Amino acid sequence: MTPALDILGLKKSFGGVAAVKGIDFNVNAGEAVALIGPNGAGKTTCFNLINGQLKPDAGSVSLFGENITSRSPEALFRAGVARTFQITATFATMTVRENVQLALMSHNGSATKVFCFATSQHAARADVLLNDVGLQSQSSRPCAELAYGDLKRLELAVALANDPRLLLMDEPTAGMSPQERDGLMQLALTVCRERKLALLFTEHDMDVVFKFADRIIVMNRGRLIAQGRPDEVRANEEVRKVYLGSTHV
Amino acid sequence: MTALLVQTLNGLAAASSLFLVAVGLSLIFGVTRIVNFAHGSFYMLGVYIAYSVATYFGNAFGFWGGVLAAGVAVALLGVIVEVAILRRIYAAPELLQLIATFALVLIIKDAALYIWGPEDLLGPRAPGFTGAVEIFGRPFPTYDLLLIVLGVAMLFALTTFIKRTRFGLLLRAATEDREMTDALGVNQKLLFTAVFALGCFLAGFGGALQLPREPATLNMDLNIIADVFVVVVIGGLGSLYGAFVAAVIISLVKAYCIGLGNVAMFGVEFEFSKLTLVAEFIVMALVLVFKPNGLFGRPFSHPRASEVIETPIGKPSNVQYATLLVGLMLAASLPLVFDEYTSVLATDVLIFALFAASLGLIIGTAGLGSFGHAAYFGLGAYGAALAAKAGFGFAPSLVCGVALSLTASIVFGWFCVRLSGTYMAMLTLAFAQIVWSIVFQWDAVTGGSNGIVGVWPPELFSDRDNFYWLALALCGAGVLFCWWIVYTPLGYALRASRDSQVKAHAIGLSVMRLQWAAFALAGALGGVAGAIYAFSKGSISPDVSAIPRSVDALVMVLLGGINTLLGPVVGAAVFTWLQDTLARSTEYWRAVLGAIILLLVMVFPKGIVGSIQSLTASMKKRSAA
Repeated sequence: MTPALDILGLKKSFGGVAAVKGIDFNVNAGEAVALIGPNGAGKTTCFNLINGQLKPDAGSVSLFGENITSRSPEALFRAGVARTFQITATFATMTVRENVQLALMSHNGSATKVFCFATSQHAARADVLLNDVGLQSQSSRPCAELAYGDLKRLELAVALANDPRLLLMDEPTAGMSPQERDGLMQLALTVCRERKLALLFTEHDMDVVFKFADRIIVMNRGRLIAQGRPDEVRANEEVRKVYLGSTHV
Repeated sequence: MTALLVQTLNGLAAASSLFLVAVGLSLIFGVTRIVNFAHGSFYMLGVYIAYSVATYFGNAFGFWGGVLAAGVAVALLGVIVEVAILRRIYAAPELLQLIATFALVLIIKDAALYIWGPEDLLGPRAPGFTGAVEIFGRPFPTYDLLLIVLGVAMLFALTTFIKRTRFGLLLRAATEDREMTDALGVNQKLLFTAVFALGCFLAGFGGALQLPREPATLNMDLNIIADVFVVVVIGGLGSLYGAFVAAVIISLVKAYCIGLGNVAMFGVEFEFSKLTLVAEFIVMALVLVFKPNGLFGRPFSHPRASEVIETPIGKPSNVQYATLLVGLMLAASLPLVFDEYTSVLATDVLIFALFAASLGLIIGTAGLGSFGHAAYFGLGAYGAALAAKAGFGFAPSLVCGVALSLTASIVFGWFCVRLSGTYMAMLTLAFAQIVWSIVFQWDAVTGGSNGIVGVWPPELFSDRDNFYWLALALCGAGVLFCWWIVYTPLGYALRASRDSQVKAHAIGLSVMRLQWAAFALAGALGGVAGAIYAFSKGSISPDVSAIPRSVDALVMVLLGGINTLLGPVVGAAVFTWLQDTLARSTEYWRAVLGAIILLLVMVFPKGIVGSIQSLTASMKKRSAA
């Protein structure tokens, strides 16, 4: 079976500093994979190479066998890649529903129409998505008023508006309370299973990682040092060395 | 060959003053992030003060003392301005700061008119440097040689000052990271004032040095500020070397254009000596396309055009529809109630309402800075007027005007959307200046400074009331279209790219194309306003695309309230009425207008409609609590 996301020999340097030194891994449809590593391991760079924020020096990124290396974020969206941000990014002057509606308009190629009301577009579908993430009661509130945890859920709803085949979540639970974390990750895992979409996320919280990831990829100093099921990674000597002092591993 | 060398020397001599003024603006921007329109006014004051001191004493002491005194006096004035006004608006949105400094331009211009009168004042020649030396067999003024030496000397002096002194260290630190400098316990207020004073000194000093080369006139302020913007943007905001290199490049380009004179190319006669302004702005546009932060500049953290958080828009409510209907009915019945003069004034209001609303589309909905919206107004006016003169009918002439401004906004917009923040805003100003200079210098077609006269609408609309109704129909439709856009998917996509550019990219919106579309649309609508304006006045002059016209539109939008639908229209009405009333009651209406703008900026940073909205919102909250 072709993996949903296939990373091959990805490299990136900044000036003389090699941040990602050639890594390979893949993510299958319906699988949740966590990308972890200590600070400076290169996971954020790696993530940005996949989501189009950065262009790799070498290597390739493929989506279901289709080469999507170095595509712009817009083109990746069209190819079925959705992402959420470490620091939530939403459209503050719009309501919660309007945020989702705009993503739906963009997905359906109707975001530049000038002869209809924006708020009449895809309203029903937006409500379904908001219902999925548990924000239905907040749909008419201005986004600027939302609590942080709700913004994270809104980001997920906006990402799902694209019917993505691959969902990239950068530190999805950063800044959330422990209860909220589990709720959000459970939600993400559910859509991952139901829609058979590939989920790749970076995460600092080891509880979240070991609880929700089917597979864990560990990076250190720009290289992939281990990958496998949570119990395998937990038992890995090198991973223990890298995370020495951390009580979670 | 010798001609080329002489032109090179001419260019270098001209570069010195330009460098001094530009580096002043650049230093001020680097630290305070204020784009100081009034910097050209400080330069102008430098020339006038040097003139007064030099002619009062009439000797070498008078001249050289005057040069120094001009620098010091302007620096002192700078301190007053900084402490009394700018200090209060550092936190305000960028565009508000801009119109506040433009208000200063108006005030200083009228102050100079009051003190020195309207005539051009020709200063004395520099004692000891009145002669010429022979270079390559041609006489070259010794004063120009002195200026070249002085320019280079000032570059070294400033570099050393900034590299070696504690003040220079602080200045560099604040340019690099203002918050961090503040956190380290540096007295920011004092630093800002000192930097502003230094910048003003350089402007006054640079102006005074120009005294033997050109007479003091009241329009020096905006002429130099356009050049200075170009220099600063080419060199890179905040860069000392950049300002020097760019001043040399611009001055050389101008000198060579003058040196070339008339040249026939491809069978067409080009008057290069009249293309100086165009050449300068083309150089700037080219530099920015390849180096979006200027030759020596680094990217700056750009504040957004507006910090006002807008509430969600949704769909127009029934109350809004009803208000619109009543408003339209009132507007339509205006000529039945009031006299003809009111109809004329109201026609102006309608035209400027559309002009302001179209600008509001760019700076409000799309969140992009534009200092040069008059380009499209002017092209609409000239396109329509030229078509009418060429024998086209009324409606086809209007269409010609709009087509011209649409074409220009598509071309200019392509360049503009590739830049961001202040660089983009300055490029829009540069394009407006290109339009202005073509119109001003291309006598044969545009009538040059005289403009075009005798552009009349057909018989039916020569009646003032009828023309008003026509303007109401056309401009009203334009304004409604501007409002309508806000509610459509396109309007939402534009606001999305303004609210969060990365997120807009991530949901598949091509931000650049959206912004380009907004530019083109706003340009075309501004052109509609300009085309109607040409027929309403019957004659037009290059003023229609000059800097003050661009700033007028900004004032209207910001005065009314950015990000409010009604704002630009209310702003246009208040501003047009204010200008008309003031112009009829005092010779110094500019100064009064400037003072009023300053006051409004400081008291109502959200604009009229914006302030009313936040007042009612807070009252609602209070009654709910």
